[in-house]
Amino acid sequence: MESKQPLLLIKDLKQYFKISRKYTVKAVNGVSFEIYPGETYGLVGESGSGKSTIGRSIIRLYNPTDGKINFDGVDISRKMSQKEIKYLRVNMQMIFQDPMACLNPRKKVLDIIAQGLDIHKLYKSKEEREEKVYRILEKVGLSKEHATRYPHQFSGGQRQRIGIARALIMNPKLIISDEAISALDVSIQAQVVNLMKDIQKETETAFLFIAHDLSMVKYISDRIGVLHLGYLLESGTTEEIFSNPIHPYTRSLLSAIPHPNPRVEKERIAETYDYDKSGINYEKGIRKHVEGSHYVLATMEEFEKWKK
Amino acid sequence: MIKREKVLSVRDLSISFKTSAGEVNAIRGVELELYKGETIAIVGESGSGKSVTMKAVMGILNSNSKVNSGTINFTSYKNNEKHEFDILKLSKKELRKTINGKRIAMIFQDPMTSLNPTMTIGAQIMEGMIWHYKISKKEAYEKAMELLNLVGINEAEKRMKNYPHQLSGGMRQRVVIAIALACNPELLICDEPTTALDVTIQAKILELIKDIQKKFGISVIYITHDLGVVAKVADYVAVIYAGKIVEKGTINDIFYDPKHPYTWGLLSAMPDLDTNDDKLYTIPGSPPNLLNKIEGDAFACRNIYALNIDKRIEPPMFKVSNTHYAATWLLHENAPKIEMPIELRNRIDRMLKEVDEDGKQTALTIN
Repeated sequence: MESKQPLLLIKDLKQYFKISRKYTVKAVNGVSFEIYPGETYGLVGESGSGKSTIGRSIIRLYNPTDGKINFDGVDISRKMSQKEIKYLRVNMQMIFQDPMACLNPRKKVLDIIAQGLDIHKLYKSKEEREEKVYRILEKVGLSKEHATRYPHQFSGGQRQRIGIARALIMNPKLIISDEAISALDVSIQAQVVNLMKDIQKETETAFLFIAHDLSMVKYISDRIGVLHLGYLLESGTTEEIFSNPIHPYTRSLLSAIPHPNPRVEKERIAETYDYDKSGINYEKGIRKHVEGSHYVLATMEEFEKWKK
Repeated sequence: MIKREKVLSVRDLSISFKTSAGEVNAIRGVELELYKGETIAIVGESGSGKSVTMKAVMGILNSNSKVNSGTINFTSYKNNEKHEFDILKLSKKELRKTINGKRIAMIFQDPMTSLNPTMTIGAQIMEGMIWHYKISKKEAYEKAMELLNLVGINEAEKRMKNYPHQLSGGMRQRVVIAIALACNPELLICDEPTTALDVTIQAKILELIKDIQKKFGISVIYITHDLGVVAKVADYVAVIYAGKIVEKGTINDIFYDPKHPYTWGLLSAMPDLDTNDDKLYTIPGSPPNLLNKIEGDAFACRNIYALNIDKRIEPPMFKVSNTHYAATWLLHENAPKIEMPIELRNRIDRMLKEVDEDGKQTALTIN
């Protein structure tokens, strides 16, 4: 896998938002990671940690303040030419959190899904357009009849499937899924996650999976990055992160996952992590290599202390 | 044994909604009991009727709803006086005066929409106290500060003047809890209190509610679809499906010895950190449309263990033990012996083993 060329390469991405003349929010502070074709990268962290901002910067809903984003050999962090923009808009797609809010309530499902095709004129006849939509609907577990309905006639899980269908119809190389399952029930979550996994096997699409629910992230991701206050604290394969968490923040995140085992859960108190009191300064940390592809952000002393 | 005092008793409750598409039978005969100081969790998919049941208990059902049958009895022990209320018979005005906020309080899912954006949080906490107990503004202010400290908000004085948008999601939910506690309720209903929050904050909020419950001896009802949350907080669990409770029992009954196939499905669908299964288990199909009259067992068409009788006659509640009941024909004496799926069995065994090991470990450290 290491020999493969990364599909997405992010280097030192910084994203600041200027609120007023004196005050700038530093949402993302020098984050680097890469995604290989056909793999799933899970980005976890609490709200306000900048995980959604990273997703939005990558797809260029924001203009990155600094750093490089390289997608499939094209630098997309600077001003792009029309051709490059078009390439990006076809090959990178996004699935949003709230399946009710992200579908136009006044459009039929057919037109919602086909919008990308319309914009990029990817069909020759009306029949071909419909054919393409039907095929994608089937793929996400809906049927032809659903195409003529409106979003409000669907349940939450079905709506999220429409969101996935809309992203898939462009045959993207990378799909950014921004908390796509957080708003759904446990049993529906499982359905959607299984669907994403199936699709990935079939189409070799890479996923950037943004979530705060680590148990689901574990199921779907090959590699995980842990984010806090705009810093990437720890990254590695799912196995490495879960069996050997180094950073105290990662540990507190892992301990916060509720276990469905009442006798254990009743007694357990989650580890707390308070950045202000911990005495850790993220700015001083450097990327330390643990093993394999496992990295952690720490200073020399911290690294030695945590490793024990 | 200490005598358990009954706080809430819901009997044969049936509610329907009038919609443009016809009448929806959202609740079809729910039975529920809650005792003082205990916690019950109502678990089910969205649309299963868990929120509607609790809205009925609060007396805040939508205007297009109709209660077809049943009773909701609430017993109050305020000021050492036993007082019984028949909630469905009270008028809106009486409800407002005696029940809402004062004796039964509710915490809603989304702290952003349940707070008033145009009022300071101090004013919102004080509002209920002044209205219900006619205390002076100064007293209310003192109490509000106490409450903010209780729910773990530092610099209470400064925060009193803040507006909801100035607080983070976790803080906002703490304020909502403070408001709910302001009038010393005896029953707290938490409608998915942590769904909109992060895991780290979720754990803290749940621990907070638990502490408060212990301190004041109030009863709590949780409405949730997250079994991890249930495992952390509940004493009793009721599993609701298509407007009917299909299984109820103590938390150990439900988690270690589930009997209903729907409960099996719910437990299997939980992601498990200890396995490396490639696929998550899902319950096939989708919940039935409650617009149509349901014949037989509502879960039959999604149930791979369904018997012939399931399609014709609705199963009654079978008694498993004194605390444990389940509505499935599989428990009938003539039914074929069907055990829970092997994957789930393994998982439960592993969970029990985990407890044993933990137990031993703590024993060792004590020695």
